[in-house]
Amino acid sequence: MTDIAFYALSALAIWSGWRVFRVDSMIRATFALMVSFICVGGIALLMSADYIGIATVFMMAVEMMVMGLFMVMFMMNPAGLNPMQMVHQHRFSIGAGIAAFIGLTVAVLATNLPNNPLPAGRDTLHDLGVELLGGSMLIFETAGVTLLATMVGAVVLSSRPGRFGDSDAGAVPPGLQPGGQPAGRKVEKSGGHGGHGGDSSHDMNMKGAPKSDDAPHKRHGKMPEEES
Amino acid sequence: MTLTAILVVAAALFGIGLFGALSQKSFVMLMMGLELMLNGTLLAAVGFWAFTLEGAPKGQLLAILVMAVMAVELAIGFALVVAVYRKRQADVVESLGTLKQ
Repeated sequence: MTDIAFYALSALAIWSGWRVFRVDSMIRATFALMVSFICVGGIALLMSADYIGIATVFMMAVEMMVMGLFMVMFMMNPAGLNPMQMVHQHRFSIGAGIAAFIGLTVAVLATNLPNNPLPAGRDTLHDLGVELLGGSMLIFETAGVTLLATMVGAVVLSSRPGRFGDSDAGAVPPGLQPGGQPAGRKVEKSGGHGGHGGDSSHDMNMKGAPKSDDAPHKRHGKMPEEES
Repeated sequence: MTLTAILVVAAALFGIGLFGALSQKSFVMLMMGLELMLNGTLLAAVGFWAFTLEGAPKGQLLAILVMAVMAVELAIGFALVVAVYRKRQADVVESLGTLKQ
């Protein structure tokens, strides 16, 4: 019974993970990723890692909602009305993914894995709670402080200019001569929306239009541009 | 359900995530690839805990750390996406040729 559930959940996790990069709609991709995470949470439950499984499901449900919101905010074609192909270095990526899978699988199969399974009837949840607030409290609290620092960093990164100037003020390296250009960097015009697959007539391309009128519509971002 | 099967599933998730992270153009899809890789990592961590440690609770801390990494990645990633978009109107990887101010 557990085996059947495990194989079904595994198949669904892998299939939905694959669908993430195959569907046209980014919202559907988000939900596919959520299904994949929920399946992994279910597998964790099967392995009686109750806390991890439930926490994964809850966290991913919220996270994918946020991700869906960002999809709608930033991306063209959130509803999947047009076919969408937004990939680069496709063959290399497929090769890298397959190589990673085969390499890891070979490593797993070639390793003599230890076998000390969970004893039946052990109260894992109680043990984990005692461990988290006991011997391993430092790890737990470190994760908490890291999350706090993340919150501060996210606010700083995404804040509009404040009273001390732009949020990235002071991030400019000094010039070679006093007042000169910084070393080693090509000046780039505003990014524009080059390279949106083949569908350059898409209406959301107009988002960046006012700033990229004067710039050549770069398709690769590697075009040499003169210093301004 | 054996440890080998779980690790193979985790490897498959990791491979798909690597493919996505390398191939996708838009930042948000790229981050979904990263999340999928972490998904595989989480599964492998829980599998190792369940099958090799006789249920020692310290093993689950690695999984908890992986989940913290996921949250950090999502928050900082979206903040960076917002910052880059505000500065350069860019939402695909190709728009960023250099790391400039």
